Amino acid sequence: MIRTTHLPLLVTLGTFVIAFALCAWQYPAIFSTRVAANLLTDNAFLGIAAVGMTFVILSGGIDLSIGSVIAFTGVFLAVILRDTNIHPLAAFALVLVITTAFGAAMGAVIHYLEMPAFIVTLAGMFLARGAAYVLSTDSVPITHEFFSTLQDIYWKAPSGGRFRLIGGVMLLTFIIGAIVAHRTKFGQNVFAMGGGAATARLMGVPLASTTIRIYAISGGLAGLSGIVFSLYTSAGYSLATVGVELDAIAAVVIGGTLLTGGYGFVAGTFFGILIMGLIQTYIVFDGSLSSWWTKIVIGGLLFAFILLQKGLTWATRTGKRQSTGLATPS
Amino acid sequence: MPDQPTPMLQARGVTKYFPGTIALDDVDIDLFGGEVHALLGENGAGKSTLIKCLTGAYRRDEGTITLEGEPVSPASTAESLSLGIGTVYQEVNLLPNLTVAENLFLGRQPTRFGMLSRKKMVNLARKTLAEFGLDIDPAEPLTSYSVAVRQVVAIARAAEMSGKVLILDEPTASLDREEVQLLFSVIRKLRDRGLAIIFITHFLDQVFEISDRATVLRNGQNVGMRRLAEVTQKDIVTLMLGRQLEERIHVRSGGTAGELLVSADTLSKRGMIEPFSLDIHKSEVVGLAGLLGSGRTETANLLFGAVQSDHGDVKVKGKKIRLSNPRDAISHGFALCPEDRKTEGIVGELSVRDNIILALQARQGWSRPLSRSKINEIAEHYVEALDIRLASLDMPIRLLSGGNQQKALLARWLATDPDFLILDEPTRGIDVGAHSEIISLIEDLRDKGMALLVASSEMEELVAYSTRVIVLKDREQACELTGDDITTANIVHAITDETLERPSNART
Repeated sequence: MIRTTHLPLLVTLGTFVIAFALCAWQYPAIFSTRVAANLLTDNAFLGIAAVGMTFVILSGGIDLSIGSVIAFTGVFLAVILRDTNIHPLAAFALVLVITTAFGAAMGAVIHYLEMPAFIVTLAGMFLARGAAYVLSTDSVPITHEFFSTLQDIYWKAPSGGRFRLIGGVMLLTFIIGAIVAHRTKFGQNVFAMGGGAATARLMGVPLASTTIRIYAISGGLAGLSGIVFSLYTSAGYSLATVGVELDAIAAVVIGGTLLTGGYGFVAGTFFGILIMGLIQTYIVFDGSLSSWWTKIVIGGLLFAFILLQKGLTWATRTGKRQSTGLATPS
Repeated sequence: MPDQPTPMLQARGVTKYFPGTIALDDVDIDLFGGEVHALLGENGAGKSTLIKCLTGAYRRDEGTITLEGEPVSPASTAESLSLGIGTVYQEVNLLPNLTVAENLFLGRQPTRFGMLSRKKMVNLARKTLAEFGLDIDPAEPLTSYSVAVRQVVAIARAAEMSGKVLILDEPTASLDREEVQLLFSVIRKLRDRGLAIIFITHFLDQVFEISDRATVLRNGQNVGMRRLAEVTQKDIVTLMLGRQLEERIHVRSGGTAGELLVSADTLSKRGMIEPFSLDIHKSEVVGLAGLLGSGRTETANLLFGAVQSDHGDVKVKGKKIRLSNPRDAISHGFALCPEDRKTEGIVGELSVRDNIILALQARQGWSRPLSRSKINEIAEHYVEALDIRLASLDMPIRLLSGGNQQKALLARWLATDPDFLILDEPTRGIDVGAHSEIISLIEDLRDKGMALLVASSEMEELVAYSTRVIVLKDREQACELTGDDITTANIVHAITDETLERPSNART
């Protein structure tokens, strides 16, 4: 059964299908496993970060530190692998612990000091970016052979597309993210917070642990995104991924999640990512368009989705007016 | 029932200090399983403080609380819930973005293999709600149902989770008559299950209808517990106010209307109110009666330009005016005290002074700020004139009690010296004392020559001060009562007459 709350997800899905059909109609070559594989590979780091952002936005918050945390992770990995002999897996674990703890700390500040998430994560953004600069201002290449091993893992599809490891990591993140958001008590608590923190507290939702966990997830996934980004670029650079948090927010909103929290789907974010990736792919295929058109189209799409959400809220409100009677079995 | 040896919940000597005051002073209360116990008192008497001490939202400073003989000291609402004390608040209870089932089971969802099982949850929810007499689809969002249904869902949730004591804090505040009955049937069911129920309300009729006993608080003290079968409403009110209140049913004092001030001609808004025409004279109070949703608030908003009409026009002293937003209305000397004072009236964080001055300053425009001394003069004048009780003009208005907030809102509009004052539910949710003060204020204003339009669900009060009463029904003017025809009986008659002919309104 189609409910109004599912509508934004359906619109996102519809937008993607129509956009893909239009692109494939103009450039039939888009309809190939090669393009699909690249879509996943190129957007893997953004997708993983966007899953974390989905949790944050569902709870009614925002996390501006993501881009900086990704850059920090990359630089941290590059420097630690250059200067020490520890195995990359240990470095991965270490950086995930750091970024998760960083996110958890921001969550704790937001909850216990009752500070707006915007300000706290803005501070987090500067801190993480600053820490990355301190480690190295130059781009540090990663030459460890384990990296090449990981980069060489792929599954070759029949018609030539190479589905690489990092795309798979992103898909797995989305699947786990969707389960956690929609099928666990923690996920329900996230939605409850987005619906109204004061009410959620009265209903027994543990706000402190939920808030801390939400930002820990966001931080940890930004760390994972950083690992994936370092695999993607084979380098760590403190100036990389500036503004990625904004791309992630755009993907989440285009994916049908209400920016004020409480409504949305992790799967929607996936299609939000795909739509954004598709626009870029189209511009590459076209060849004559400036890549800045990506931004313009995404801006237009964002605007359209905000209008759609506004319209839906308005529609449900007027619908509510009409049913002020007693219980009506539907 | 009340003769059971041990009470379900017993509080002894509960005391709570707030900076500068004692909010609760040595309060005792006994609750027995299987009784509905009304907790009564004016606003600020300490009802909510007592409730918050019982549920752990506040930490009491002194006293003991025992639950089934065991001393308890809940530190949070979650903890008191796990002990068996559930609370349903007047407004914020459930989450609008979740489904009925999700709301019902938040925090204790049924799981399968560690994952939430939506199917199980919906089925369980359907079963639970059926016990409460609700036949609704729990997989639908909460917002697709009326306030009454949501309130029952909230009660079901609290009752299912607590199982011993259920505290209902003004659950009927925004329900109409029929919905109140639905709620009462649920309360009776829970009482018969053996729950101890605390019922807080401002409606004394409801207290007598549903409760077995009542404890009355005044100024933070327990001033008496009464078995309701043995006392009258007047006894209880006397106990609440500590003084003999003049008869609640006021003597009608109609007054004579002056010259025509405002006239609306076939004003309407599709989906909100059918075309209506209305003349309002100086020195008259036009009452708007009708059930919830009959178009009272819509009429008020339309006349104030808060909602734009799509047909008809408004004349002031015979001249047609543009009325596309509240600013237009204010510039013609209109004023409106809205129904929902928390969201549409007060600016909670601003001081009482700033709240009072808001409308006047808005009319003046930003370029002509009022001087500090002028502001103080105006604010102090109205605080005194309306007897607004506050510690300081600088305190945030949200800290005032409901009745005092309402008076401050009235002050805001009176400061603009309006010719035409629209009051939407001016006495909702305020205590008996402030209630009669606001009524006499309305009468004063009328006698001074102001034109007033008052929408209210309290028929007695409409009867008391209205020169004319217009009865609305199904978003239409049903009839107009004047002079001696204005009686509660006639209003009820006008409201119910056609409702009876419309079976579609009844619950199937």
